[in-house]
Amino acid sequence: MAEAARALAHEGPPELQHHFENLAAQKEAVSLGMWAFLVTEVLFFGGMFTAYVIYRESYRAAFEGASNLLDIRLGAFNTAVLILSSLTMALAVRAASLGDRRRIVPFLSLTMLLGTVFLGVKVVEYAQKFEHHEVPGPHFLVPHGLPPQSEMFFSLYFCMTGLHALHMIIGIGLLTWLVRRARRGDFSERYNSPVEMVGLYWHFVDIVWIFLFPLLYLLGRHTL
Amino acid sequence: MSDDSTHGHPTLSAYFGVFAALMLLTALTVWAAFQHLGIWNTPVALAIAVTKAILVALIFMHLRYSARLTAIVVVASVAWLAILILITASDYLTRSWVPIYQR
Repeated sequence: MAEAARALAHEGPPELQHHFENLAAQKEAVSLGMWAFLVTEVLFFGGMFTAYVIYRESYRAAFEGASNLLDIRLGAFNTAVLILSSLTMALAVRAASLGDRRRIVPFLSLTMLLGTVFLGVKVVEYAQKFEHHEVPGPHFLVPHGLPPQSEMFFSLYFCMTGLHALHMIIGIGLLTWLVRRARRGDFSERYNSPVEMVGLYWHFVDIVWIFLFPLLYLLGRHTL
Repeated sequence: MSDDSTHGHPTLSAYFGVFAALMLLTALTVWAAFQHLGIWNTPVALAIAVTKAILVALIFMHLRYSARLTAIVVVASVAWLAILILITASDYLTRSWVPIYQR
């Protein structure tokens, strides 16, 4: 009760918004709100996964053949990079929650670096696709020995990995913002929600890739 | 694993354990993709991916230590995703069963 009165009188700690009774309630609301946003993201990507399921089942041979044209080494490497970046992100969140200010910035920076490496590899992969005329559109050439529907696979490949890459770019932007705030000393044991929420976002983007990797890179390997 | 959960967070060893498990499962899914498992290639790949996603959600995203309401929201998202995919698939993937729609 005393806390409620204090909150109403705007006398709480500076990081406590006046409409919350205490920091614990605020944290729970922030976390629930972020998860609710991630649910909309699940369904956003879900539309593409649905399209993938339908077309893959309709044009199985085309999808398996086209999938085998992706570079499995670059795909696996990027998967490892992203998993490692999730670890460094988790460690940054941990440092923030323990109020270990010296470690927040290094772990956030490492996460940014790994995210950039991922995007760099993606640029190399995309460039190869352009060179080989495997990008859907007027310059697309049906790969040798494959049905014409392989173009549909590449359409989905570019849409799904492109949307995922856009999320990575936004994530790196958010990390830049966090690094600035962490340098300013904004985060402590009591207040670190921004780090934790960007962490949730980053891990979600990692989960999307965890599904994209086998569905796009591995589906036809057993036919080789 | 929840012994250090005074702040509702996993231990350091839990983080590294999950990281190691994710790397191992990635290697496993690549290996499994090259095996001739017949119709089982896709289910195996998906099972590994779901396992990895659950590990990330429970430990990295602290779902294991979160409020029950958060867990309900997450389960609901999976339920809606299942509705989206299953009902769409139940139309498209069964059309060939009906003679009039056969291509």
